[in-house]
Amino acid sequence: MPSVPLRVALAAAAILVCAAAPHAQDASERPAWQGHGIKPQSPDSPFEEVVSGLYFRSKETQAMQADDFNNPGFLAVEQGQELWSKADGAAGKSCASCHNEAATSMKGVAAAYPKWNERLGKPVNLEQRINLCRSGALKAEPWAFGTPELTAMTTYLRNQSSGMPGAVTVDGPMTPWFERGKALYYQRNGQLDLACASCHQSNHGKYLRADFLSQGQSNGFPVYRLRDQRLVPLHERMEGCMQDVRATPYAPLSDEFVALETYVAWRGLGLPVETPAVRN
Amino acid sequence: MADVKPRIKLDKKEVAKGGVIEVKTLVSHTMESGQRKDKDGKTIPRKILNTFNCDLNGKTIFSANMEGAVSANPYFQFKIKPAESGTLTFTWIDDDGSKIQATEQIKVS
Repeated sequence: MPSVPLRVALAAAAILVCAAAPHAQDASERPAWQGHGIKPQSPDSPFEEVVSGLYFRSKETQAMQADDFNNPGFLAVEQGQELWSKADGAAGKSCASCHNEAATSMKGVAAAYPKWNERLGKPVNLEQRINLCRSGALKAEPWAFGTPELTAMTTYLRNQSSGMPGAVTVDGPMTPWFERGKALYYQRNGQLDLACASCHQSNHGKYLRADFLSQGQSNGFPVYRLRDQRLVPLHERMEGCMQDVRATPYAPLSDEFVALETYVAWRGLGLPVETPAVRN
Repeated sequence: MADVKPRIKLDKKEVAKGGVIEVKTLVSHTMESGQRKDKDGKTIPRKILNTFNCDLNGKTIFSANMEGAVSANPYFQFKIKPAESGTLTFTWIDDDGSKIQATEQIKVS
């Protein structure tokens, strides 16, 4: 029989071992995100390396995204393709009536959004651009934000730029919107008093409880979220982040979110478009 | 559910006798589990695809029963060793009795 102090010590050691096991964060378990990114294209970029959210996810999720068949986001791409040539609205036209084949006419287009719209005097994102076409040329009802149709069309158009570098422009009339987006990015929000930058700039590559924080890049949106089992547009994701910090979110397609989208797109300038990406 | 177009991919459509074909299928479906509640606290009724069948010339060669825990947009990947040429019919049966169907031709030489 070991002496009493030794038994206590052994028991304590056993507890330590048990306690350590479930929390073991072996470096090999963490997704190896470093080295998968690109050099920032602007000297003002806050990152040393700009890395897609893909490399912050597990190997299994990465494999699911890489396989065009297994990737469930492609169900939306196919839905978008059908909608592209389906006549809708009083004008009896479809997207294809003006733009012909999306594979050629839309190649690289979505990678440059949000984009300045001269007529409105402000930038529009892809969803708003689609709805401008619907209410304009098609004389159809605009799709509400978050409807499967709008998200599918957005996904389809973004997919036409798949692999091409994000190319948003932030000069000229876009400058005040860029600055506004930047201010929003660093603005602390909600009861938890966190800014976008608190997680995605200062702490990416670390765990926030069970969540492995990414750089918050937008190159894969709309993304198929395994949690929701459907495609989630960027503004819904931003809403989710704001709810997580116990803030009142801005409305989807509001000026605030378009400004933020512009700024976030600039932070990921040059990252290849991955839509439809798969995330958890 | 007639507007649902399943995605089917065969790694090859022609095999020698005894050869193996890998089949991948993906179908769009919400797979409502029956466990969730709506805004008013009322249970959302279960509506899932409960059965998947793969037939070759009318004879079932692969089938699966799905339950409420299966994710939306169920994906199947399996291998078959077809004994004869013919038509592969893929059928998903919904809780409401409706069916989603797709076919593929294969050749065994």
